[in-house]
Amino acid sequence: MSTVDIQQVTKTYGEVYALDQVSLTFADREFFGLLGPSGSGKTTLLRSIAGFVTPTMGQILVDGADVSRIPTYKRDVGMVFQNYALFPHMTVFENIAYPLSVRKTKSAEIKSRVERILDLVQLGGYGSRRPRELSGGQQQRVALARALVSRPRVLLLDEPLGALDRNLRQHMQIELRQIQREVGITTILVTHDQEEALTLSDRIAIFRQGKVVQVGRPDDVYENPRDAFSAEFFGSTNFLKGVSLGVQGGIGAVELPDGTRIFTNRALPHSGSSVTLTVRPEKVLIHREQQPAGTSGSQWNILPANVIQPVYMGASVTYQVSTPPSTFSVFQQNRETRRFEAGEAVKISWLPQHTVVLDD
Amino acid sequence: MKVSRTWIGYGLTAPAFVWLGITVFLPLAVMFYFSFMSRMPMGTAEVTFSLEQYASFFQRDFYRFLTWRSIMLGAQVTFFCVLIGYPAALVLARTVKGRWREAILLLVILPFWSNALIRIFAWTMVLRTDGVIDQVLHLLIPGAPSIGVLYSYPAVVIGLVHSFVPYMILTCYISLQAIDDSLIEAGQSLGGSNLTVFRRIILPLSLPGLLVGVVLIFIPVVGSFMEPRILGGRDGIMLGTVIEDQFTEVFNWPLGAALSFTLLGIVAIILALAYPFLKNRVKVA
Repeated sequence: MSTVDIQQVTKTYGEVYALDQVSLTFADREFFGLLGPSGSGKTTLLRSIAGFVTPTMGQILVDGADVSRIPTYKRDVGMVFQNYALFPHMTVFENIAYPLSVRKTKSAEIKSRVERILDLVQLGGYGSRRPRELSGGQQQRVALARALVSRPRVLLLDEPLGALDRNLRQHMQIELRQIQREVGITTILVTHDQEEALTLSDRIAIFRQGKVVQVGRPDDVYENPRDAFSAEFFGSTNFLKGVSLGVQGGIGAVELPDGTRIFTNRALPHSGSSVTLTVRPEKVLIHREQQPAGTSGSQWNILPANVIQPVYMGASVTYQVSTPPSTFSVFQQNRETRRFEAGEAVKISWLPQHTVVLDD
Repeated sequence: MKVSRTWIGYGLTAPAFVWLGITVFLPLAVMFYFSFMSRMPMGTAEVTFSLEQYASFFQRDFYRFLTWRSIMLGAQVTFFCVLIGYPAALVLARTVKGRWREAILLLVILPFWSNALIRIFAWTMVLRTDGVIDQVLHLLIPGAPSIGVLYSYPAVVIGLVHSFVPYMILTCYISLQAIDDSLIEAGQSLGGSNLTVFRRIILPLSLPGLLVGVVLIFIPVVGSFMEPRILGGRDGIMLGTVIEDQFTEVFNWPLGAALSFTLLGIVAIILALAYPFLKNRVKVA
């Protein structure tokens, strides 16, 4: 199929940089998620690839050929819009046949291909319906089928599941991923939903103010966020600010303003420079004993804390606790025999490898 | 609860419908009554009721000829209104943005602010021999022959198109600007050129507005009398002007009323014949 290569793409609107020298490569058959808050440039990039936005500078290569200045309809992309953009005056069949008929496909072939793709998205027999007679999930599938039927080189998804309710969205995520694998098409997804990006993407890029902050596999970005923005955007997290004491014997230490020392086995800037640390809530244990159960407590970061507020969520409990240096959020699976109450004095602890050092 | 709300709705809208019913149907009913009279109910002569006024329409070729002329006028004016109005609405709805769009829309409805009669007489100044157009032409090409078209059929068409094209622009604009941008983007991204997108998406989706404009223009133009009379001269004789004559000059209201209702019937038949074609198109809206 196809690779897409974004080279130094910049898009300005007056003084505003919607995209600022963005370079990314989307591999063949890859499912790539563009993630970021609204206005971060992810949609502008997707629309540049589609051809709705002409970059101010830079090139967009599809299979090595620059497409950044050719009209949309010659680009051979399939796009699924946030509101599906199904043609209301056409039936489901006509909607899906549209990309084929504009390519002058013979009607017998159109018929067989539309029927095949309707089966793929589990909508066999729905061909004569009108879009508004379908549920949201069915409309979503029609939009996907329509984008895929002409076997485009690239599939572009603009928040495709945003309008669905939670259960249906999760179901459609799995289905979308299956279909994408089955068809084997290079796919670029724009989403602000981190869970969606995690579930679907082979790799993700996090956008902020027109720039790419971090690129990588979802788990890698999650475990090793590069800066405070990607840490916070991709999942919730706790921050600690302190001063580096340097690394000794593979273990680095950071001194917090109140004198507490936090250990990490990650690279630290040289001694004396200020650093920001982050710890994911689910890496942190909460307990009454001095050490976490079943360990000697050596090498653990252990802080005294007071429970401010337990937030019970069924399968899990999230505790807001106060420690001398800051407020912490601790995530706990609902497996323990007892829960902690507001005001209780506890200890929180985590391993040095879970103390992530961020770029400032 | 639901029932009472429905009734509140009826209660609130009833005055409007009663008012419309009285103002529309009462005069029409009176005219309908007139159309069966043998003569004006004035003086001592006895008035009888018959179909004789209607019969005269079918007995005299003159009226059929004029009806055909009026229908052709309606078709031609409507055609030019589509030709001018639809592209104007398309540009306005899809290309022009923000302030400019508001300004141009204001210009489009500007003719509604002035009296129709004044607009028509203004056209006589423009279209007559040695009128504004001729003077501009002679300024550019001294000695050029006159292109004044006043008191001719084209003048009638020009005047009517000018009067009615805002309706076409407005009805088309409303349906065009309601088309979601993403539908057009979808049409392009799925491989449609601009022409294809227009033909297969924009045009079908704006057809309801276009058809409303056509109906809104065709019906009054077929019965029009002011523009034909003032701008058309001898070429401006239409069924509309003949009907007007019956009321204002000849003072034969029964014949005027009968001709009016005959015209109404013919227009209704034309629309009824067109309806099956229109229905499928408009269903989407």
